[in-house]
Amino acid sequence: MSLLRIEGLTVALPPGADRPHAVEDISLHVDPGEILCVVGESGSGKSITANAVMGLLPKGLPVRAGAMELLGQDLCALGPEDMRRLRGDRMAMIFQEPMTALNPLMRVGDQIAEAMRVHGRQPGGRVMELLEAVRLPDPAAIAHSHPFRLSGGQRQRVLIAMALALEPALLIADEPTTALDVTTQMSILRLIRDIQQRRGTGVLFITHDFGVVAEIADRVAVMRHGRIVEQGVAADVLNRPQHAYTRALIAAVPRGARTQAVAQTGAEMLRVTGLRKTYTRGGWFGGRVSVPAVQDANFTLARGETLGVVGESGSGKSTLARCIVKLVVPEAGEIRFDGADLRPLSRAAWKPYRSRVQMIFQDPYASLNPRRLVGDAIAEGPITHGVPRAEAMERARELLALVQLEPSAMDRYPHEFSGGQRQRIGIARALAMRPELLIADEPVSALDVSVQAQVLALLADIKARFGLTMLFITHDLRVAAQICDRVAVMQRGVIVETGPTAQVFAQPAHAYTRALLDSIPGQGWTPPV
Amino acid sequence: MELGKLPGFLARRLVKAVLVVLAIVVCNFFLVHAAPGDPASVMAGQAGAADPLFLEQLRRQFGLDQPMHVQLWIYVRSVLSLDLGFSHRQQMGVAALIAERLPATLLLTGAAFAFAVVGGVTLGALAAQRVGRWADSLITVLALTFYATPLFWVGLMLVLVFSVWLEWLPSFGMNSVGLGLTGLAHVLDVAKHLLLPALTLGLFYLAVYARLTRATMLEVQDQDFVRTARAKGVPEGRITRAHVLRNALLPVITFAGIQAGQLVGGSILVETVFAWPGIGRLAFEALLARDYPVLLGVFFCTSVIVVLFNLATDLLYALVDPRVEVA
Repeated sequence: MSLLRIEGLTVALPPGADRPHAVEDISLHVDPGEILCVVGESGSGKSITANAVMGLLPKGLPVRAGAMELLGQDLCALGPEDMRRLRGDRMAMIFQEPMTALNPLMRVGDQIAEAMRVHGRQPGGRVMELLEAVRLPDPAAIAHSHPFRLSGGQRQRVLIAMALALEPALLIADEPTTALDVTTQMSILRLIRDIQQRRGTGVLFITHDFGVVAEIADRVAVMRHGRIVEQGVAADVLNRPQHAYTRALIAAVPRGARTQAVAQTGAEMLRVTGLRKTYTRGGWFGGRVSVPAVQDANFTLARGETLGVVGESGSGKSTLARCIVKLVVPEAGEIRFDGADLRPLSRAAWKPYRSRVQMIFQDPYASLNPRRLVGDAIAEGPITHGVPRAEAMERARELLALVQLEPSAMDRYPHEFSGGQRQRIGIARALAMRPELLIADEPVSALDVSVQAQVLALLADIKARFGLTMLFITHDLRVAAQICDRVAVMQRGVIVETGPTAQVFAQPAHAYTRALLDSIPGQGWTPPV
Repeated sequence: MELGKLPGFLARRLVKAVLVVLAIVVCNFFLVHAAPGDPASVMAGQAGAADPLFLEQLRRQFGLDQPMHVQLWIYVRSVLSLDLGFSHRQQMGVAALIAERLPATLLLTGAAFAFAVVGGVTLGALAAQRVGRWADSLITVLALTFYATPLFWVGLMLVLVFSVWLEWLPSFGMNSVGLGLTGLAHVLDVAKHLLLPALTLGLFYLAVYARLTRATMLEVQDQDFVRTARAKGVPEGRITRAHVLRNALLPVITFAGIQAGQLVGGSILVETVFAWPGIGRLAFEALLARDYPVLLGVFFCTSVIVVLFNLATDLLYALVDPRVEVA
C-alpha cells in the first residue's frame, strides 16, 4: 500500500488569476522509504500540491476535486482539528527559507519540544537526541540558543530535527536546500537521504534543480502550469526524458563545460592589488566588533575577458565587487582601472568612470525603483551624464529591443514584469551608460533555470557584441564554468585560488575549491540533451 | 541577551543619560534667557517698584549682573547638586513643590498608560483575529474615532455624561474635600476621581496601540515561522499567543516607550480640565505667573522622566528580543 496517494487533485485559483486552477488533475503516490522528487519552475504548482496534502492551503485556494490518502486515511474527509493532529505527527514539512522559518524570540530547543508537546508527548531527552541525529555540533548549546545565532544550514538542520520529532511516516521537503550554499546543500541532502533510509520515511521532495534530483530521487514527477507532464523512475526521466518540457528543463541546466570559445583578450584593464575592507560596528561607549570582509585581494582583468568570482555567502565576493565601484569604500589597496588608481578619488573625480564601469544586481525585484517607468529608469544614467533626453530615450528603446523586450515596455512599471524580464531591464540599464567593464553580482541567482539559461545567453551575446569586459560574481560553480574565462575562488574574504576556468575545475589546487567542486549536486549524471 | 552584560550596559547608558539631561538643562537655561525681560524686572514690575536702583539690587541678589557663562555655570552647578532654586511667588523651594505634585501626575499618567497598553493590545489582537468581520470593523471605527477626537473635548464630554447627567463620578480634584477619608475608603475615593482623567488621557493612546497591534499581528501572521508552527500541528490559539502576539508586541514596546514620555507632557491639558493637582498644572500656573524657577524645575523633572523611560524601554526591548545586543 502506498504511504501517500493523490488522485486527480484540482485546486482552484482565485478569480482573475492567469489560469483557473493552481493545480489540475494531479495524481501521484509516495511509497514508504522512497524519495519522490516533484520538479518544476516557479508557479508550476508544486508547492500548492505539498500544502494541499498538509492542509495548509490559504483560504483563497480551495480543493475543487480529487482524493488524498495518507496511510489509508482520507485526508479530504478530515476536519481542521483532525488535520492538525496529523500534522507534525504522521506527516511533517520543511521549508525553503530556513532563515525565517524559526520563531526569532523562542529558543531552538523549546521550538523542537513544542512540536512534541502539542501532540501530548513529553520531550524529555529527545530534543538532544534529535539535534545529535541531524549532526549539529554541541546540541546542548544549540538547544539553548535563539535562531539568530545559527547559520542557514544549522537552522535547516534544526527544522529537520523538528520535523522528525515524532517520527512521521511522510516528510514533505519544499525546496529545502535552495536558499543554502552549495557545500551546505550537499550535507543537508545527504542528511535527508540518510535519515530517510534509516527510518523508512517516505519523502516528497520539491525542487527546481535537476542536479538535486539526480542526487537523491528514486522517482520523479515533472510539473508545468499546474499539471504533471511526466512521471517515472529517476533514471528514466533523467536519461530518457519523454516530454518536450522535461527535455527543455534538462537542457537548461548549466553544465560544467563552456559553450563558447575562450575570448580573445587584450591589454590589462583592471588591476586590484592588496584590496582590504573591514566592517566595524560599535564604538564610542560599546565594544568594537570588526569583520574582515575582503583581505588583501589581488587580481587582474584583461580587456574582453570574463573573470568569475566564486564563493559561498559571506565569502566577501559581493563586497569585493562593490569596492570596485565605490559603493563600499575599501580602507586599503589599489584599484587601477586603465592605469588610474580609483580608490583615493573623490565622488566628483569618480564621475567620469561611473559610465565606464556599470553594475548589474542580484535581485531584479529590489533593484528597480517601483515608482519609475522602465524607460526613465534606463535613460536616467545617460541624462545625468549630460545626454539630451530625447537621445537617451531613443537609446533606451534600442536597448530594450537588444535585450528582447517589447518597445512598449518603456511606459510600464517594473512590477508588470517577471523576474527574468526585470533582469533584462537591469542589463539594459547598465548598457545605457556604454560601459567598458560590466560587474554582474549574482545576476541569475534569483531566476528559474530556463530563464537563467536565457539571461546567460543574452549576457554572452552582449559581451561579444560590445567587446565588454566582465566581472561575474556567482555562488554557482556550474554557471561560472559556463560563462567565465578565468575564476577566482573566495573563502572568508580571501582569494584562495585563481586560474583559467578549465584548469581550476580539472585540477583544483586548493582544498576549499575541491570541496566546492565535490558539492555540485548530481555529478554522477550526464545530461542527455 | 546575556544577563552578565547588564551592569556594564546600565552603567554606560546612565552616563549617556546624564549627558543628555545636562544638555537639556543648558538648553532650558538659554531658552529662559532668550525670553524678553529677566526675572528681576518681572518681580520688580509685580512689586510695583520699577526703580533702577532696586532692579540693580535684585539683579545682584540673583547673580544676574554676572556674565552669561558664569550664570550658566552657577545654574548648572546648582542643578547638579539637585538644588532647583526657590519660588519667590509660592515662597517654597522648587524641589519641594515638585515633590508635592509629582505623585499625583505619576498616578494619573501611570493609570492612563496601563489602560492604553492593556486595552489597546487586547482590542488590536481581537481585531486581527477577526479581520474583515464586524468585530474588526467596530474596533477599527472606535479606534479611529478616539484617534481623531481632541483630548479636551473627550474630557469635557465625559464630564458632561458621567458627572453632570448621570452623577456617577466626580468631575474635578483628586479626592473629596472635607471628608477626611482614610484607608480603603480613601483609595476608593481617589480611584473614583482618577477614572475620568485617566480615561481621557488614555483613549488616544489606546487607539494608537490598537491600530498598531492589529497591523503588526496581521503582518506577523503571514511570516514563515507561523507556517512552520502550523505545519508541526500547533493549535490555532497557541499560534496566536506564543508565536504571533509575542512577535507583534515588539513595535508596540518601541512605541509605548516613546509615548510614555509624551504622556507626562500631555497631562498638562487633562490636569487643567479636571483640576488634577499634578506637575502639569503646576507648570501651567507657573507659566501664567512667569515663575521661571518653577518652570525650569518642571522642565528638568519631565526631561529626567522621559530619559528614564527611554532607558527602561531599551532595557525591556533587550530582554524581550534576544537579537538586540546590549552593547
